[in-house]
Amino acid sequence: MKIGIAGTLESNDVLITVRESDTLKIDIHSVVDLLFHDQIDAVIRKTLAEKKIDKIEVLCEDRGALDYTIRARLLTALKRMEAV
Amino acid sequence: MNRSYLFVPGNNPSMIQNADVFGADAVIFDLEDSVHVNEKDNARSLVRDYLATHPVLPKKIVIRMNAMNTPFYEADLNHLLSDRIDAILLPKARRDDIVLLTNIMKQICSKKRLIKPINIIALVDLASSLLEVESIVAIDGVEGVLFGAEDFASDMEIKRSETGEEIFYPRARIACACKAYGIEAIDTPYTDVLNDEGLIQDAQKAQGLGMTGKAAIHPRQIEAIHTVFSPSKDQILWARKVLQALKEAKDKGLGVFSLDGKMIDKPIIERAKTIIHKAHIYGSVTHDE
Amino acid sequence: MMNNSLGRKVSHPKPPFSGSESYRDKQRTRIPTKSQNAQPQFVTSLDRAFDLLHIRDHMTLSFHHHLRSGDFLINQVAELLIQKGISAIHLAPSSIFPQYLLGPLIDKGIVHHLYTSYLNGPLSQQIRSQKLKGDLIMQTHGGRARAIESGELQIDVAFLSCPVVDRQGNGSGAFGKSACGTLGYALSDMYYAKKVVLVTDTIVDRLDRFQFEGRYVDMVVQVPSIGDPKGIVSGTTRITRDPIGLKIATQTARILDHLGVIKEGFSMQTGAGGTSLATADQIRQLMLTQQVRGSFASGGITRHYVDMLKQGLFSKLYDVQCFDLQAVESYHQNENHIGISASKYGNPFEDHPIVNDLDVVILGATEIDIDFNVNVTTDSFGNIIGGSGGHADTAYGAKITVITSPLARARIPLIKEHVRTITTPGENIDILVTERGIAINPRRADLIDKLAGSPFNIRPIKDLMDLQHQISGIPHEILDGNHPVGYVEYRDGTIIDTLYCSR
Repeated sequence: MKIGIAGTLESNDVLITVRESDTLKIDIHSVVDLLFHDQIDAVIRKTLAEKKIDKIEVLCEDRGALDYTIRARLLTALKRMEAV
Repeated sequence: MNRSYLFVPGNNPSMIQNADVFGADAVIFDLEDSVHVNEKDNARSLVRDYLATHPVLPKKIVIRMNAMNTPFYEADLNHLLSDRIDAILLPKARRDDIVLLTNIMKQICSKKRLIKPINIIALVDLASSLLEVESIVAIDGVEGVLFGAEDFASDMEIKRSETGEEIFYPRARIACACKAYGIEAIDTPYTDVLNDEGLIQDAQKAQGLGMTGKAAIHPRQIEAIHTVFSPSKDQILWARKVLQALKEAKDKGLGVFSLDGKMIDKPIIERAKTIIHKAHIYGSVTHDE
Repeated sequence: MMNNSLGRKVSHPKPPFSGSESYRDKQRTRIPTKSQNAQPQFVTSLDRAFDLLHIRDHMTLSFHHHLRSGDFLINQVAELLIQKGISAIHLAPSSIFPQYLLGPLIDKGIVHHLYTSYLNGPLSQQIRSQKLKGDLIMQTHGGRARAIESGELQIDVAFLSCPVVDRQGNGSGAFGKSACGTLGYALSDMYYAKKVVLVTDTIVDRLDRFQFEGRYVDMVVQVPSIGDPKGIVSGTTRITRDPIGLKIATQTARILDHLGVIKEGFSMQTGAGGTSLATADQIRQLMLTQQVRGSFASGGITRHYVDMLKQGLFSKLYDVQCFDLQAVESYHQNENHIGISASKYGNPFEDHPIVNDLDVVILGATEIDIDFNVNVTTDSFGNIIGGSGGHADTAYGAKITVITSPLARARIPLIKEHVRTITTPGENIDILVTERGIAINPRRADLIDKLAGSPFNIRPIKDLMDLQHQISGIPHEILDGNHPVGYVEYRDGTIIDTLYCSR
């Protein structure tokens, strides 16, 4: 099973794990979940849409990362998954 | 002229998003030595997306790419060249590499339809680079030279010292070459982060040889660097006196004049003007009143 | 329910907050001090003390927190309350640390009401889940002293741990195996509780210097150990190394210098956190350069202030709490390191509370709103994570009150339209220093004038809020439930805000 991992669990960062899947599943665990859940979800979906990916499992372990960090880590994780 | 260049590790979101806060004249987002080989892809994405979307950015943005003898540099350029960056810092800079780099950059910028010209800062950190510095500074598009003393000393197989006699020669040579072509000569970072006195002395040595700025590896170094590389109070007072005397001489229809017993000719007037110009640009950040 | 003057709903029988100056219209009321004894009774177990004192339902029991997270006493009393099946207790510990095992007391309905100036830990969850049968009343240090002396907070038994006690019942915290320094939070308890019990692990023949006076002490309980010295001193109090904190500290010191605050005879107080200590350090350096000698520094004292006292940078330290061993040692040895009672520190009805003599106080915040109201009681999720302590007292008294904080911590913004809980009213907050700009309260036209044309990055507070929103996005508003679980009592006894259950 191809997976890609990128990022860290440091403060202001996010650890993204992507896994091949036949459905779209986004799992968010964030220290600021109650404040920014929708925003984190939106960034992930937007980035996947840009890459025309509609079937994937994304696990997001967030430590307060800003949008650009979530997007960057997700893109790197996807690339790493493809490179496997 | 930029006095301070703050290095920011390219794979560290906390540091990246605070990069603009510390008032450095320029920020170098690093994809090279501070990023692990396995994290180069992460760093590229992170720095690019930060630059593309963050609402506040540093005044001047430099990207330190990986050297051209590594498998990383092409991806660095493809990812990071954009309208948001001002210059690329090339490590292990050799003349031929810079020429090649200039061409590669032209192609990529053209493909991306970038409008703003992106310059090159050459990181001279090898004996062979130093020997070529005169031809490096002459290349169109090279806007500065950064001296990397640690790698240079490593290449020379010499020890680095607190007082820096061993780097006197490269500093002076780089300063001269850059001055001759009107570009910036940026000194090596001072690595003892907690030693404020040591930083000032080290910076003064570089400034005394004609270097125009210094790299910083910690935000707390920026202020001292600015003080050293900005005109001092005395210099500003002197410059004002010269320009006032110039004005008075002009009013009287005099061509040449003297001040405090010394002849004031064109180079001195130009110097005074440069000092006042710098004082204005830097005015808000020094604590010279 | 009615609104107080800050627009917060309160439904407590106590009067609603109506401005930080409104205490001036009131008279100081004091109940008679407690009965005095020739000699206290000495016993060797808390259990025995319980029986002798007839600890029973509906009593109000109080404690101080000078032994901080290393305190054994409060847990031992909690244990005894459970064992003896006592119920409906009002508990008044001056602070509650996570290590205080009061959870079962709440679950079992043993404790109904809680009065404190600081609360952190698992109790927050329980209280927000409405497990507490009564109310949580959060007070200020000065306000707690006022409440006790006025009889609003009537204490039946004060259990006061005390590092060293003598045969006459006098008590000191200055030395001994569990030395904790000054015992200032407990002095109102000592004067006004119906019964005062000192709990100690060290008895000596005679103390020459002491804070607890034997004539007010009814009983001395000798136990093997009153606390763990490692927990007593709150860990290493260290100047921050974070570049953001350092920038904020430097900006704060410079702006105070520009305003002419740092001059001969000035007085100051800061918190004991990393950024606060960095600010104190920056000010120290300015004082050395300018050869300024301050009159006093006050607050929770750390080794940094002890060093400044030794260096002659301040003539006196007024200590409400010793945070480390060097502070304890200095309190013991240096006659210019003076322990003060919570009342003399911040009781608005004292003639000259120390806080009123402060030129500047530098404080933190979890949230601040565009009216400069400050929250140090709850966090952005609604958890109770602290409480005023001396925050509202010093903010009122100091000529200039500065809040230092980054604009966001791990994406959570500092500045809101409305803070979740008002601990300190905006009328007492003057300057906010963040890493991306400084905001001055519009009420302080004098400061705005003095800073006009200065090199500081001064912005309207709303602009700073908007800037952070641009950087991190606008956070979803986490709503509280509707049911009050407690109240924030301002230093004058009025209710400044309500604490609600979680949704």
